[in-house]
Amino acid sequence: MEILVCVKRVPDTAENEFQLNSAGNDLDRDDLVYSVNEWDNYAVEEAIQIVDKVGGNVTVVTVGDSESEEVLRREMAMGANNGILLSDDAFEGSDGKGIATILKGEVLKGKYDLILTGAQADAAAGQVGGMLAAMLDLPYASLVNKIEVESDTTIKVGREIEGGNQEMNEVDLPCVLSIQTGINEPRYVGIRGIRKVAQVEIPVKDAAALGIDPSSVGDAGAKVKRVDYFVPELGAGAEMLEGSTDEIIAQLIERIKSKGGLA
Amino acid sequence: MTQIFVYVTHVAGVADDIASEYITAAKKIDPAATVTAVVTGSGADLDKVADSLTSKYAEVIKIGNEALAYPNAEVVRKALCNVLDKSAVVLAPHNTFGMDMCPGLSIKMDSAFAADAVDFEGVADGKLKLVRQELGGAVSTHVACDISNGAVITIRPGAFAPIDAAAGGKVTDKSGEAGDLTAKRRFLEVVQAEVGDVDITKSDVLVSVGRGIQEQENIEIAQELAEAMGAVVSCSRPIVDAKWLEKSRQVGTSGKTVKPKVYMAMGISGSFQHMGGVKGNPYIVAVNKNPKAPIFQVADVGIVTDILEFMPALTEAIKEM
Amino acid sequence: MSPLIGPANFNFFGFFPAAILSVLIPVVGVALFTYIMARRIAPLVRAAPDNRFDNIPERLKNLFFVWLAQIRQPRYMVAGVLHIVIFAGFLVLSIRSTSLVIIGISSDFVLPGFDGVIGDIYNFFKDYAATGVLIACIIAAVRRGVVRPARYDVPAKYGKDHTAEAVFVLGVISTLMISESLFEATELAAEMQHTGHAEFIAPLSLVWIFRGMVSGFAQSTLQGLHIVMYYIHDLTFFFFLCFLPMGKHFHVITSIFNVFFMRVKKGNIKPVVHGVSEDELDNLESLGVKKLEDFTWKHMLDFYSCADCGRCSDQCPANAVGRPLSPRFITIKARDLIFRNYPIKSGAIYKSKMLVEDIYSEDEIWSCTTCGACEQECPLGIEYIDKMVDLRRGMVDEGMVPQTLQKPLKALEKRGNPYGIMEKKRADWSTDKEFAAECSVKVLEKGETADTLFFVDSITSFDDNIKTIAQNTAKILTRAGVDFGILGKAEKDSGNEVLRFGEEMLFQDLKSQNTEAILESEVKQIVTADPHAYNALKNDYKDLPPVKHVSQVITEKIKSGALALKAAQEPESVYVYHDPCYLGRHNGVYEDPREALDAIKNLNRVELEKSRDRSFCCGGGGLMLFYEPEEETRMGVLRVQMAAEAGATVIVTACPFCLVNIQDAIKVAGKEGEMRAIDFTELIVQHMA
Repeated sequence: MEILVCVKRVPDTAENEFQLNSAGNDLDRDDLVYSVNEWDNYAVEEAIQIVDKVGGNVTVVTVGDSESEEVLRREMAMGANNGILLSDDAFEGSDGKGIATILKGEVLKGKYDLILTGAQADAAAGQVGGMLAAMLDLPYASLVNKIEVESDTTIKVGREIEGGNQEMNEVDLPCVLSIQTGINEPRYVGIRGIRKVAQVEIPVKDAAALGIDPSSVGDAGAKVKRVDYFVPELGAGAEMLEGSTDEIIAQLIERIKSKGGLA
Repeated sequence: MTQIFVYVTHVAGVADDIASEYITAAKKIDPAATVTAVVTGSGADLDKVADSLTSKYAEVIKIGNEALAYPNAEVVRKALCNVLDKSAVVLAPHNTFGMDMCPGLSIKMDSAFAADAVDFEGVADGKLKLVRQELGGAVSTHVACDISNGAVITIRPGAFAPIDAAAGGKVTDKSGEAGDLTAKRRFLEVVQAEVGDVDITKSDVLVSVGRGIQEQENIEIAQELAEAMGAVVSCSRPIVDAKWLEKSRQVGTSGKTVKPKVYMAMGISGSFQHMGGVKGNPYIVAVNKNPKAPIFQVADVGIVTDILEFMPALTEAIKEM
Repeated sequence: MSPLIGPANFNFFGFFPAAILSVLIPVVGVALFTYIMARRIAPLVRAAPDNRFDNIPERLKNLFFVWLAQIRQPRYMVAGVLHIVIFAGFLVLSIRSTSLVIIGISSDFVLPGFDGVIGDIYNFFKDYAATGVLIACIIAAVRRGVVRPARYDVPAKYGKDHTAEAVFVLGVISTLMISESLFEATELAAEMQHTGHAEFIAPLSLVWIFRGMVSGFAQSTLQGLHIVMYYIHDLTFFFFLCFLPMGKHFHVITSIFNVFFMRVKKGNIKPVVHGVSEDELDNLESLGVKKLEDFTWKHMLDFYSCADCGRCSDQCPANAVGRPLSPRFITIKARDLIFRNYPIKSGAIYKSKMLVEDIYSEDEIWSCTTCGACEQECPLGIEYIDKMVDLRRGMVDEGMVPQTLQKPLKALEKRGNPYGIMEKKRADWSTDKEFAAECSVKVLEKGETADTLFFVDSITSFDDNIKTIAQNTAKILTRAGVDFGILGKAEKDSGNEVLRFGEEMLFQDLKSQNTEAILESEVKQIVTADPHAYNALKNDYKDLPPVKHVSQVITEKIKSGALALKAAQEPESVYVYHDPCYLGRHNGVYEDPREALDAIKNLNRVELEKSRDRSFCCGGGGLMLFYEPEEETRMGVLRVQMAAEAGATVIVTACPFCLVNIQDAIKVAGKEGEMRAIDFTELIVQHMA
């Protein structure tokens, strides 16, 4: 099975305490560290495990600048066979649809049976996989937490739905799936693993190579644009509720309700 | 004037709470908007939910088909695409269904897409300004979304206050316009989560217990509160150490990382290690006997009392609601 | 002269020369033994290299004390004394056994030099030796068979009980003792009958008793017994020789080598491959121990040498809390695998599978806190920490790392600390308002210099609860007039646990960054309050200025008068000092912290039963805080209970991780209010005059 996994280099949420820059319109990116989007890591692990079982190749692809090569190498150190970097100045400022358009260009160049993405990335939109599938007219399932390869033409996938339940579907191949964390236990990649693949050639493709109209992607093609960043105000310490138990409970229930914690 | 369609999810003929929340959301987009509810499904359940929505919406579109009996995102997408005006704004919940359907719907309708909106700040120059969060809730952003050619937007359930508008609307049956509903993805079944195999990372509300619970028998008290709240019980490390709850319930750097909306810290002191597992800036309710417990520094609201007395009282109050 | 015919001249049934047997038994025995040993050596030849021919004087010292003088044996008194008796008996009797073999061919053979007084003296002692060994064997057999101390139990998951083998061997040894003594006693009895007077022999020895018992026997009976006993002894002797390499009694042969080659340096970790430099690691095809033959030959020798005494596991904190690790079975499972893969009979060599999966589990290998209690205890110098690290290196190389550890490892790679907090916040503890008003701390950057570097390390820099150790250390150093500074954001995690968790390349990275920063600061010495950092800088880094733990500096300054302490603030409290593994066992710093505590007048201090080199791990430091194995209880909880038994109300630690673990454990044990934990530096600051 030929599997394409779409990955993204994102600021590492586990390692960063986000602060805004002095202008207040962007994150203070000087001190950020980046790594591969956590969900994508599960997707790559899943792809490797499928290939281990049924054979084939895993290709990882990302849209980004030259620094994004680092995440491709990390995923190749995990066991992905090939990496492809889609990079062009025209890609900058793409919205979700723009990214999906760029990825579509690469998908059409190859012959993939299965395309995986992470369920979501740093922007927490969870949009690219579904858009890519729709553009390619392929079936799509999101939040996938189980994949069983049934035959050359269909797979069985479990989706994580509310309440910890699992929705089982049969999906025709080729298809696009977005992978939820917890589907597997991604293997560890150390510095040594990355160094081992440091010399592997990673092809870089631009808009022309992908046959993409530059005005359909990037800032030019984006219908959805981020205006600014801001950090919601955080109070200093808890608001202490006092009074009789009944009063406290009444106040508390009201607050919990307003936060979506009570129906 | 903006045309807004709100897609109402429902279970067994009962509309989800999002139905009332859309009204607030739509008003924030454009107070003058015409808002139409859309429901899909089949049989009596569909009729029931469509009728119930007439109390909130002036117009309710229903699309019935056997293929829509279970909300298979691909099938629903096809139906909506064929029925809805492509230049309109379509709202859907940002839940496992909305995430499954909406990105593709936006492509098929050739409209803009924005996910997980928590607030709207109106439309200017054909651009809708909305608020959403990024990076695990660490930062918020304002996003400008060009809705001039229509848009599909998912909204965060619970982020908009529900309104019970009295509308007295009518139901329009557009089942006939649904078109071809064959799909390349076929729903098979829902596998229910096993009991005792709860994934605390997926729950929006956690009733998390710490050493203040004192005895294993008292876990039951937290369990009752959780049931009343539709929440799940999680805990801090000492509870797992004591084998009162399974390891899978532990929150902390060495346990699970959770991102609930509401975190009920019951008798938890709030150590560095424990709070390291609480992400996504939830609303933290802290109840602790010790007024100096560090949990009160990070909590949004705090109550100094014994959880063993407080929790049963809270459970009762919620049940009476 | 003896009226009995010796085995050399005896004819069975009047015509078959017994001497043929006397030649045949040793020849067949030695040949078989040689073959067996060749099979046993085969895996060692295929094993990884190990540099064990350095530090010869130290090795000879170990040979003398650990092997010959058996100094580790009496740590378990009953078993130890029994072993010393059997061991000493074996040494003495080895001479007799050798000469007995030759006596079978030449009746009058006497070892050179043993024909005079020396021979008489030797005989006197050897008779007691045999007697002692027999008595020891009987007691030992009763212990193993009837008393059954718990540490010899074999949990079902680790295979079948070893009691039968142990008792069988004790029987074999007893047979040797009895047959040798009877062989001699029959001859002496016959001689006594012949000459009419009893030759002097060691009173109450086995021979003496036997002579009394058989003195009334007819000469022909004595003759028969004499020959039969000789061949029982001869056969048993060679059977025993060939039986030794089949199991736990192999140590009788290997112990001398194992002790000679045992670890001579403490606190360090073996290189990935001996003879491969750090720069060449990238070229290695695979890293760490994955298959049997990836172990070094010394580590395989360890597997052979284990006597199954169970002391390692008895001391192992992981075993004590019910983690899936028992060091004894790390060895025994590997030895069984060697025996399986290199069978004696067929002479085949089977291919080894991935050890973690085949004989070990991942959790088993991650369960070790590297506290070193097992190695400290082993009377044979068997090592565990290096093996654990080698196995972990193999797992890391294969990507088999628990999810909870992957996050801190990645954070260490990107940020230099396991919490993933920004580098620039590393020195925030020193600018904390309240503290800064009292004490100022230099950051050694942009030309700022100092004599002493205070290496803070990650937990002490970042953990809100532990930052006070950094602040207290700074206060103490300032008060004692030490000119010191910190590296600030240039400091990275020392990597003590990164190395010990098998992430070799990440450790090398941290080490080189720290080394560069430290050398650039041009300090003359390094002080740290974290024993893990102390250990790494001292034993795992190279070419750094001398490193001290803050307790050493404090004691030094108290002695020099630079630091004065006032009388105990809480004379009613009972203090107990808990030895951190990386300060005590791994680096031998036991006295400095105690001396400093005792410099506080009227401070009421008790000792834990398990203290100094038998200290019990708090639960482990560094990355161990991020790993949670299955366990029945926590190490810290057991430790707190021990402190309670000692009557303590305050546990004084000298390690940030001990403080975290013990503070937590006090809560879990439900001893809040009765007991508290305090860092050593905090106590000193409270008492600075």
